[in-house]
Amino acid sequence: MSVISSQEGRLSGRNPPPVVVSPGYWKGVVRRVSRDRVTLICGAILLVMLLIILFAPLLAPFDPLQGSTGRRLKPVGWQGHLLGTDELGRDMLSRLMYGGRYSWFLGIAPVVVAFLIGGGLGITAGFAGGKVNMLIMRATDVFYAFPSVLLAVAISGALGPGIFNAILALTLVFIPPMIRVSESVTTSVRNLDYVEAARATGAGSRRLVRVHVLPNVLGPIFVYATTLVSVSMILASGLSFLGLGVKPPEAEWGLMLNTLRTAIYTQPLLATLPGVCIFTTSVCFNLLSDGLRSAMDVRA
Amino acid sequence: MLLYIVRRVAYAIPIALLVSLVCFMLVHIAPGDPIDSIVPPDTPKEAVEQVRREYGLDKPLPVQFAVWLSHVVQGDLGRSIASRRPIAGDLMLASGKTFVLAVTAATIGFSLGVALGSLAAFFQGTWIDRLCVGFAVAGVSVPHYWLGMVMVIIFSVLLAALPAMGAGPSDWVWDWVHIRFLILPAITLSVIPAGLITRTVRGTVIEILNQDFITTLRGKGIRRSGLLLHVVKNAAPTVLAVMGLQFGYLMGGSILVESVFSWPGTGMMLNNAIFRRDIPVIQGATLVLAMFFVLLNLIVDLVQTAIDPRMRRT
Repeated sequence: MSVISSQEGRLSGRNPPPVVVSPGYWKGVVRRVSRDRVTLICGAILLVMLLIILFAPLLAPFDPLQGSTGRRLKPVGWQGHLLGTDELGRDMLSRLMYGGRYSWFLGIAPVVVAFLIGGGLGITAGFAGGKVNMLIMRATDVFYAFPSVLLAVAISGALGPGIFNAILALTLVFIPPMIRVSESVTTSVRNLDYVEAARATGAGSRRLVRVHVLPNVLGPIFVYATTLVSVSMILASGLSFLGLGVKPPEAEWGLMLNTLRTAIYTQPLLATLPGVCIFTTSVCFNLLSDGLRSAMDVRA
Repeated sequence: MLLYIVRRVAYAIPIALLVSLVCFMLVHIAPGDPIDSIVPPDTPKEAVEQVRREYGLDKPLPVQFAVWLSHVVQGDLGRSIASRRPIAGDLMLASGKTFVLAVTAATIGFSLGVALGSLAAFFQGTWIDRLCVGFAVAGVSVPHYWLGMVMVIIFSVLLAALPAMGAGPSDWVWDWVHIRFLILPAITLSVIPAGLITRTVRGTVIEILNQDFITTLRGKGIRRSGLLLHVVKNAAPTVLAVMGLQFGYLMGGSILVESVFSWPGTGMMLNNAIFRRDIPVIQGATLVLAMFFVLLNLIVDLVQTAIDPRMRRT
């Protein structure tokens, strides 16, 4: 997230006349969000989760990697282990806290990178039109010809396990849809009368993009990116679940689900806990982006 | 219309070629010498050199691609490193199993989605609508590999009612002995399309109900069943298109569910290949599934255009 805001900050800082967005619009967005109970609750849950995983080293009661054969698969509440222990005797609560760091990072990083690259390419294609548009959009079509899960699995399967490879694979999956959405939003804005008027009064390409196009397309593109976060988290944990992505003994929700599969007969409740974390996060992100979409009045 | 078909098919050909190029590159993005991804590690040196020549790996990349493609077109996807068997044959068997799973999941998911989506749209704003929308959000947000585990825990471990893994003895037959194995994975896999179709149907139907011609029809005093007919006719193209793509996602994206339930389809095959770093199998399975998806996209486009000429792309 910080990557996006610093990028915008730098843009407006370098070009003194700030981006023109009527102040009433954002006031309206904030007012609509503050009246939307579901969105507020989801935002609050996500904020609490974020704080917990950020401060995991301070909050976690045990070392997430330190196991012991003597206390394997102990039930909830056993000797100070609030959520029990996993198949190697490691504290579940601590592992869930630390695991969230990887799951969140692996879920959000690909969307952020895809937002920057795909958004950039899409806006370029939409604004330039003609041959540039043709080239970018036809290349996008090729990646659209793969089901997303398959593409992610195939690329990271070929590259091998690892955090970087998983992020790379997921980024490649999300760039094409980002390009398509940014291109269609930009194309529709580019053809509006006021852009034509600005062009007629002699505004150059840079000025057109900066003042007239960007402020009007970034919102919808950003909202679209937020809808991808939920999918991205499920896919990222799925890759770790398949043994791609995060490697043991690190804690990551998808990987934990996989290693706990052997425990479904002895500790079924414990075995499903990492999945509950993924599910909660992904539902909240989905509802939050729905709320943002209607508050910002974005269609498409 | 004929011209449109020809143009659409002609457009699919370069896409298919580029898709196979992406699959071809999978071997080359794997770390190390691509030859190591193709032959088992203990192969004698002369044999390695022979394979290198046979696949043209001593030639420049474009030539290699041409050689590889000529093999693929003849149905030769190479051999698995692990089992040393031809990939194409294994893949055929596995695709059949995945197809059974995907068709069942699609049937469940699509019927549920259409029912819930139309309910939500006709009762827009009521508690029925909120319930259906809630289900849809849960459906698209659930990590289905986790849902699969939960299903196994409930129905196999606690109730001991249904088997937790496999696809039954020997070949697939549509009898109870085999269908028992299909129930849990199919329901698990159907949740995502059910959620998505609910959303799509609800959105499409609401949009139609807000159009002028509906107001006119209502003003003329049309019966409910008559109204429904108009809605179905107008919603069908959009909904069918989404369903077509979703079926493709089910075929190509069943890897997680298949590995949870050890369902012996293409997903399981991919999963094993990833585990053994059997790159030719990853490449072959990806290629076949992606080609199926390209073909499906083409069919969806043509069918959609046939039933609704307004959709015709230029």
